[in-house]
Amino acid sequence: MESNSKHIVLRTKNLAIGYSDKSSTTYIAQELNITLEKGKLVCLLGKNGIGKSTLLRTLSKTQHKLEGDILIDEENLLKITPARLAQKMSLVLTEKTPENQLTVYELIALGRQPYTDWLGRLSKEDIQKVNQAIELVQIEHIANKKNYELSDGQLQKVMIARALAQDTDIIILDEPTAHLDLHHKIEVFKILQDLVNKTDKTIILSTHEVNLALQLADELWLMTENKFTSGTTESLIESKDLEKLFPKDKIYFNSELKQFTLKK
Amino acid sequence: MKIQTTYKRPAILLGVLLITSWFVNISLGSVDIPSKELFEILFNNVSSKESWNYIVWNFRIPKSITAILVGSGLGISGLLMQTLFRNPLAGPFVLGISSGASLGVAILILGSAFIGTYFGAFVLSSFSVTIASSLGSFLVLSIVLVAIKKIRNTMSILIIGLMFGSISAAIINILSYFSNAELLQQFIFWSFGSLGNLSWQELGIFSATLSVSILILLTSIKSLNGLLLGENYAASMGVNLKRTRYIVLIITSLMTGVITAFSGPIAFIGLAVPHLTKLLFDTSDHKILIPTVALTGAILMLICDTIAQVPNSEYTLPINAITSLFGAPIVIWLLIRRQKVMI
Repeated sequence: MESNSKHIVLRTKNLAIGYSDKSSTTYIAQELNITLEKGKLVCLLGKNGIGKSTLLRTLSKTQHKLEGDILIDEENLLKITPARLAQKMSLVLTEKTPENQLTVYELIALGRQPYTDWLGRLSKEDIQKVNQAIELVQIEHIANKKNYELSDGQLQKVMIARALAQDTDIIILDEPTAHLDLHHKIEVFKILQDLVNKTDKTIILSTHEVNLALQLADELWLMTENKFTSGTTESLIESKDLEKLFPKDKIYFNSELKQFTLKK
Repeated sequence: MKIQTTYKRPAILLGVLLITSWFVNISLGSVDIPSKELFEILFNNVSSKESWNYIVWNFRIPKSITAILVGSGLGISGLLMQTLFRNPLAGPFVLGISSGASLGVAILILGSAFIGTYFGAFVLSSFSVTIASSLGSFLVLSIVLVAIKKIRNTMSILIIGLMFGSISAAIINILSYFSNAELLQQFIFWSFGSLGNLSWQELGIFSATLSVSILILLTSIKSLNGLLLGENYAASMGVNLKRTRYIVLIITSLMTGVITAFSGPIAFIGLAVPHLTKLLFDTSDHKILIPTVALTGAILMLICDTIAQVPNSEYTLPINAITSLFGAPIVIWLLIRRQKVMI
């Protein structure tokens, strides 16, 4: 029963992403062929404007794909209803939530919406999942605070807990460490790595923290102008794909230190 | 989690306040009726003076029920608009929905001069005023809805709503200029707002429309709570945005349209009541907010009406003036006290 053979949670076939309207189609990336196993921490890297957010939005069905197929658990994304998708994939977005008077607990409990009854009342199982999410992210001490009282770092952890409470195989985070100081950046990364190890979830995040990502990710997705590559840090160093991430005039990839360094 | 119990006490308080303000409302008026007699009339339907019995059953009670319906309906409409537009300043009044209703009624009443006297009698029935008002508010709401699709910025949407208010006012001005004094007076009295003069039959239509709206609304409570995190998060939690948006907008226009038709454009209640309730209950959960906003709106409207009828005098002030005098300071006080207003 317990097959340890590869469980592919996400697969794309010749996926093309971008924007289209009546008159024109703008391709941002084409020929994306992704195969992602369960229980991986994936970091999506690429310079500003290369299309990281577009890719994440397309994978989460927030935006339409242009061509190709996206398969979640080998099922075509187009055929998955929003209600069912909400049980398979949860999001942490860059946008600020509108001001409201929700407590941290209530906000995280909203993550149970795909499972609750028509009024959104929490069952015993829901409460247990919410408490578990709060525990995993270690925010017990702020659970009764109002969400507007939190710092950026705390709020980000709360949003991660909300995604966790949604209890999905895949969690997608768009730049979860933007606006955070170094301490909180590392903390968020550590939490995510911990979650992958403890809960066997698949976490996909876009980030500009290249050096942290190289050390912590199980798999890297690199987006450059004309190519999408994926692999482990080691394999991407070996194939010299990492070097192509940024223009070479100001920084370069130091393969001994396994990080990008300033040119002197 | 002992979430429920914390709301029990203020909820009971609201219930007691509602009954008290209702009783005060029907016991005061231009004719002085002793409270002992009032009890007799209410429970035994007899009194020492037949006229008192008539006044209570055919004037005061229908008027108080209208106040309750108007207050709770406008309060809920405001709450829905604030959540949907994620903007604390949204409300049926600010978004131009009431202006749309006014425009509908203005075209009907003032425009009836152009149609001719044959149709005049038919046109000015309360039924047609209701239809015109609902159509007007629905029209403005649909245009706002189209604007929302094109513009994501909520502030722009509010400004568009205000612009609709100006356009409606301008058209009403032009219509007023060309219409005769009698029709003009009729329209102006309608625009003052009035809770009285509704027959029991009209009250039946009124309360049935509001009840059905609120019943449909109950199915969207969960989606409304999801919307507290913004549309993208809501969608990721399985909320059907399109459906929720249409339900909320159709219900709001229906409620605002019917209320405006029966009682004229009542200002400020839609904006002030949700904020007052959120402050009292310190929550954004629509499971709690929808019933408590309805209660608070009803209480506030009953109090405004009690003041408007100027007890023991022959005067009745326009209800609209009282709600503004009452509502505007509440909003100012809230802003000063809180520094921040939440949706």
